[in-house]
Amino acid sequence: MFTDLLAQHFVHTALLAGAVVAIASGVIGTFVVTRGASFAVHAISELGFTGAAGALVVGLDPVIGMIGGSLAVGFVLGLLSLRGRERDSAIGAVLAFGLGLGVLFLSLYQGYATEATNLLFGSIVGVSDNQLLTLAIVGAIVVVGVAALYRPLLFSSVDPEVAAARGVPLRALSVAMFLLLALTTAEAIQVVGVLLVLTLVITPAAAAQRLTVRPGVAVLLSVVIALVATEGGILLSLEKSWPTSFFISAISFAVYLGARIYDATGSRRR
Amino acid sequence: MSVVSAKALSLRFGERVLWDDLSFELERGELLAVLGPNGTGKTSLVRILLGLLAPTSGRVEVCGLPPGRGRSQIGYVPQQRIFDRELALRGRDLVRLGLDGHKWGTGRLSAAQRNRVDHALDEVGATAYADGPIGRLSGGEQQRLRIAQALVSDPALLLADEPLLSLDLAYQGIITGLLDAHRESAGTPVVFVTHDINPVLASVTRVLYFAPGGWAIGTPDEVITTETLSRLYGTPVDVLRVRGRVVVVGTPDDQHVHHVDHGH
Repeated sequence: MFTDLLAQHFVHTALLAGAVVAIASGVIGTFVVTRGASFAVHAISELGFTGAAGALVVGLDPVIGMIGGSLAVGFVLGLLSLRGRERDSAIGAVLAFGLGLGVLFLSLYQGYATEATNLLFGSIVGVSDNQLLTLAIVGAIVVVGVAALYRPLLFSSVDPEVAAARGVPLRALSVAMFLLLALTTAEAIQVVGVLLVLTLVITPAAAAQRLTVRPGVAVLLSVVIALVATEGGILLSLEKSWPTSFFISAISFAVYLGARIYDATGSRRR
Repeated sequence: MSVVSAKALSLRFGERVLWDDLSFELERGELLAVLGPNGTGKTSLVRILLGLLAPTSGRVEVCGLPPGRGRSQIGYVPQQRIFDRELALRGRDLVRLGLDGHKWGTGRLSAAQRNRVDHALDEVGATAYADGPIGRLSGGEQQRLRIAQALVSDPALLLADEPLLSLDLAYQGIITGLLDAHRESAGTPVVFVTHDINPVLASVTRVLYFAPGGWAIGTPDEVITTETLSRLYGTPVDVLRVRGRVVVVGTPDDQHVHHVDHGH
């Protein structure tokens, strides 16, 4: 049965879509983790949900609403470039209200409840060829964007004071990073759902930080871990009919635990 | 040409006047200590020199350029800020960012640039731990790397903003010594913002002292005197010299100005 499924077109589409999302997530995740902005990812993804639910109510494509919602929040968070506790509470307040709005929109929406479930928990096997193309274009924007900004983005993430002294535009970079993050999040929602975006954007990058001391290698490892988790999760869900999102989060968490143990044993020296 | 030239600078925040008519020139080979209590504009001066803050009036040039363009000539050493323990970053990477971190793209170092990074690491004695995770180093070791990061671009001016804060006495001496050694060997002038002059007292050529009642510039013997400081603070202040150290007694915020004791 497994091999029969592997020959199916929808499985190929799912694997390709998963790969695109994993690459974008792994790349941007490194900078999110370095900036300690994991909570912001959660906010962006929940507001993406609100946007999608709002789009459903007015009869638009939920993906458009999702990208719109994520970008709006990403832009605001990037512009504020808050730090520490202030950022935490501001994000928490916005996130909660956004989710409340999403609940309202869903109750107003008369369509199928599965749309809502798909948004919350992901529906990688339902990706159409058209959606795959959109995913690929958006993924390419993220990867090219990060590559173009790489050095100043790293500089401002790890060492903002000196970066500013060297003329790196901190605020503009922060906005750019959060917009790229919002695009990535909108992509990841389609694979793992709103509630599990962190499993692709944060967990692989956090694991990678503990496996190497080289920033460039950390980006590559983060991509590899996200790829293994996504593709492995999709394949496992063909074999056993548990949710794909569960397998993806389980693999990515297992790698994270392994990475922490690796680091704790003092293996990460060079 | 002076490395820094400040003419009639004034800085106000709303009604509050921090300084008026501040003029000075900084020449090669100098070590200028910028002293004074909190809130008198020491860090603002640093930000003005870096082009991150515009003075209310007046003109400043770094290497004959307006600050925004002159900052490529500045090696900047900030306060020690501890890096996260798990951060995937080596000391070598931090130093490299001082060379090309402001440029777009991913970029590769040329052989000559790699040599400069190696040389800067060697100059501060950080080669031994340059390839390990930076978050696992002590505060003093991290601060050594920051000096290397500032030196790697071969700057015309070193600008250090409280670089000794939260370092122990031994490392205060090491960090000061590194900045001073570069000043002696390469002639690179240093602007050293500090609340405590004692760690740099031996090498300071001039002092710029900010106080609530004005500012003064000159050699330590001219500025850090009972007369000058009493005038600047507008209240009787005593300057004592004890075992080669300067102790200032009687300022409104005594403990901020010069530590009497480093507690060892």
